[in-house]
Amino acid sequence: MIIEGKERIWKDYQKDIAEDNYYYARSCIRQNFFPGSEATFLRILISELGKDVYDDPNHTTCTGIAYHSDIVPLETTMTVVARHFALMTSAGYKNFVPSCITSFGLYTEIIETWYEFPETLEKTRENLYKATRREFEIPDNLAHTSDIIFKYRNEIEKKAKYKLVNKKTGEPLKIVEHIGCHYSKMFPHKGIGGAEYPYVLAGMVDSWGGSVIDYPERRHCCGFGFRQYAVKANRGYSISCSKKKFDSMAPYKPDMIITNCPGCPYFFDRWQYALSEMEGITYGENGNGIPAFTYEEVAGLVLGYDPWDLGLQLHQVACEPVLDKMGIDYIPENKYKGLNNIDLGKPEKATHLKFY
Amino acid sequence: MKTLYKKLLEDVRLKEGLNACFNCGTCTAICPAAEFYNYDPRQVIDTVQSKDDSKILELLKGETIWYCGECMSCKTRCPRSNAPGLVIIALRALSIKTGNFIESEKGRQLLALKRTIGDTILKYGYCVHIDEMTTEMHPEQGPIWDWYRNNRKAVLDRLGGNYGQEGAGILRKISNQNLDELQKIFDVTGATEQFNYIEECSRKKALELKLEFSSGQDEYFNHVYEVNNMNHHKI
Repeated sequence: MIIEGKERIWKDYQKDIAEDNYYYARSCIRQNFFPGSEATFLRILISELGKDVYDDPNHTTCTGIAYHSDIVPLETTMTVVARHFALMTSAGYKNFVPSCITSFGLYTEIIETWYEFPETLEKTRENLYKATRREFEIPDNLAHTSDIIFKYRNEIEKKAKYKLVNKKTGEPLKIVEHIGCHYSKMFPHKGIGGAEYPYVLAGMVDSWGGSVIDYPERRHCCGFGFRQYAVKANRGYSISCSKKKFDSMAPYKPDMIITNCPGCPYFFDRWQYALSEMEGITYGENGNGIPAFTYEEVAGLVLGYDPWDLGLQLHQVACEPVLDKMGIDYIPENKYKGLNNIDLGKPEKATHLKFY
Repeated sequence: MKTLYKKLLEDVRLKEGLNACFNCGTCTAICPAAEFYNYDPRQVIDTVQSKDDSKILELLKGETIWYCGECMSCKTRCPRSNAPGLVIIALRALSIKTGNFIESEKGRQLLALKRTIGDTILKYGYCVHIDEMTTEMHPEQGPIWDWYRNNRKAVLDRLGGNYGQEGAGILRKISNQNLDELQKIFDVTGATEQFNYIEECSRKKALELKLEFSSGQDEYFNHVYEVNNMNHHKI
């Protein structure tokens, strides 16, 4: 078959994503800061879509944050990644699905390096065997968890209880999408839509009824920068990057930010809080901020899950304005409760950001 | 003796990251670090390409190579498919290997990174952990983080976690067998040696700076974690 014209051009921006049977790799950041998102991903995949996902207790960090903070050598990271592939191999899986974008970028980079420099693959096999007596196969398919949700976005839409629409006005919610840098800036052909037209999050927003905002700093980094955030003396870099984005998106009055990297929603959330404390700035309406969500949280809201089961109470920027616009039925007073409605007290109020 | 340039050439990241740069400056135009710091990735690439060992040594001892955030925006935009971010990673690795990192304020921060992220990996199996992350070290976390930390077992139970317990799940306890495997990988592949070397170079520098040096958040740790001489920035 001859592929012609636009079809040929767009072929470079497509991606093969496995249908089922996933080996799931948890994220250092998402587990700690957005734990409900990882639980929601598994709930959607297993309970809603009937997929087989293996959640392995033996999996650990890929060392990505340490590697990009330059404290561990490449050989160490390659061997830890090889151990993950060995765990996948011994569990009988071939489709590797990491929750983290730094991990996804690193797994991709390492596999490419092994192909480009076969001696590094040989050395990694030797190192892994020496350290753990394990052997591994390279995955048949490597996809980020947001790729999987993108693949099944229309199935999710069919089960949707709510849309990304303002219930009162009927207008689509205005949504900023932010793709983690390591999703496709290093290897554009590994991301849906590449680095120029990334569609992984915009596709979800389109399917679920929202409207994507195009703004000048759409592709600017959130400001993680690894050592630039991890060391207190460097954090001016991190907050400046986020502020540049907030200032650029604010005139478009976004209702929310949706992200696919575990770090980006953390920085968009925490730096809005810090900017409000430092300079009294709030970027939303009436003292609210712009809620920054993970794609799992947004999918969960669309499916009608309880916002407090999604973990939205852990955001420093309150989510309530979005819940109210979507017409979501929720119980405000359950926000800070534990299992069986056990009262866990309330956090202190921020100085400027509105508290619910 | 091998020149510094030849040592750099042995790193696959340099081979991948540097073809023939024609100094167009696109990397600098797109770079978030170049907007914030006195930093110009184009000049770094130009220096490496010059093969001039004295200039490369200046890079290894200086502040410049530590300004990059490794976002890799440069990789996407370079018309020659270079990746200045990868060249930076190779330069940093050589700066550590040769002990030159200890000569710069930003290089010395490696001790804080090793003692936070590095030690957390070997203790918990992940790069960050709620038990270690306080609002004293991270005030931007805000009061909701304090509430979450104070109630972490109950909150994580509500959110489907498995905090500190055996088995699969969110923030579970990583078994000793898995932590041992990580440690053995670190031993076999050079991470343990690198950690020890960062500690050793830092100990000597602490002596020179007359700062207390032992372990954890000692005086030297707090110094490198918090001090910023404010000469790094554009403004």
